[in-house]
Order: sequence, then structure tokens, then C-alpha cells
Amino acid sequence: MTDTAADTLPAAEADPVRAFIAKTVADYPVVLFMKGVPEQPRCGFSAQVVQILDHVGVDFVGVDVLQDEALRQGIKAYSDWPTIPQLYVKGEFVGGCDIVREMFAAGELKPLLTEKGVLAA
Amino acid sequence: MGATADAIRRKLTEAFQPSVLEVVDQSHLHAGHAGHRPEGETHFDVAITSDAFTGVGRVERQRRVYAVLKDELAPDRVHALALKARAPGEA
Repeated sequence: MTDTAADTLPAAEADPVRAFIAKTVADYPVVLFMKGVPEQPRCGFSAQVVQILDHVGVDFVGVDVLQDEALRQGIKAYSDWPTIPQLYVKGEFVGGCDIVREMFAAGELKPLLTEKGVLAA
Repeated sequence: MGATADAIRRKLTEAFQPSVLEVVDQSHLHAGHAGHRPEGETHFDVAITSDAFTGVGRVERQRRVYAVLKDELAPDRVHALALKARAPGEA
């Protein structure tokens, strides 16, 4: 199942965007910060990662950074990573499109996901 | 080759002394997509092989490349950079 968590922004925090990101990656085991939603990506790189995650069969939550410019910039700062999409597994930054593709091609993505307990072996 | 491609090539060569460096402007493939500008130089494919990446994880490799290309990756310049960063001997 995939759905979007972009509409659950906490209202009052010192840094609400940072707090939202931290809570999202803590609450959901697999989170993809992307352009568009999993059902309708609005960027080829986001679409590729969605396709790979669907292919390996892992449940994930897509967060559409295009809904909020502060989130779009905030996730870059949070991850110290200048591009979208960005994949988090169990609160840990895994990488962007290049890395997800490389790991998938090298047969490393599924083992990572099963090792983290987010995908049945 | 445009000015941005030249800058990418020069900065990566200085920083990593790569044994392989390919910088391909793919902007024409993204005409009409987000981030595309008529003058091009918005979407690049970069393949770099360097000893500097030996024993360095995937995320860290890309962070180092992004850091070197910080100016080029600023908003309204390069919109997308597809990157393959390899150590010698890797496929």
C-alpha cells in the first residue's frame, strides 16, 4: 500500500518542516520524498524509484515535496542531499535515484530491505 | 560543449583526478519537462571513475561530487544530475 503523508504537517514547532520530516521517517518504515505521488510521479527520477520499490514489493509512503516549497528545501537540508527523490528506510537515508538504481541492479536493495525488516525474506 | 559542462568537467577533474569522466548534456531529452530551459545545460549525465572513491560508500561518493559541484547545482542552474561514481575495477 502507498499513500501520502504530506498533509500531516504539525502546526507549531520551532522548525516545523524539520520536525515533520523527522516524525515521518520515524513513523513510517519506508519513506520516499518525491515529486508527485506514487500513483502519479511528476518527475522521471521519482518515477524510476517508485517503479523499483513497487517491483521489489515493499510498502512505502510517498511524500510529495511539490506540495510545499519549504518541505522541498527542508528535505535537502535534512539529508544534506541536493536532489529529489530521497529514500529513507527505518529513519536512515539510503540515497537518491542513482543509488537506488545501482543497489537494485547490484541485487543489494532487497537484502537491505529484508535486513531492515521492512520486506519479507 | 557549454560553459556549465566545461565547469563540471574541470571541477571534477581537479577534485578527483578521474580515470574516466563522461559529462553528457541530456537537456534536449527533457524539453518541456520541469527545469528545462531553451538554452540547455539543465540535465546532465555524469559518469566518473576515480581512486578517490575506493572504499567510500555510495552516499558519501555522491555527497563529495555534489559538494564539488555546489555552484552548478544551485537552483535555476543544473536541474538534474544523474551520477555514476565508481572506483576503478567496479562495473
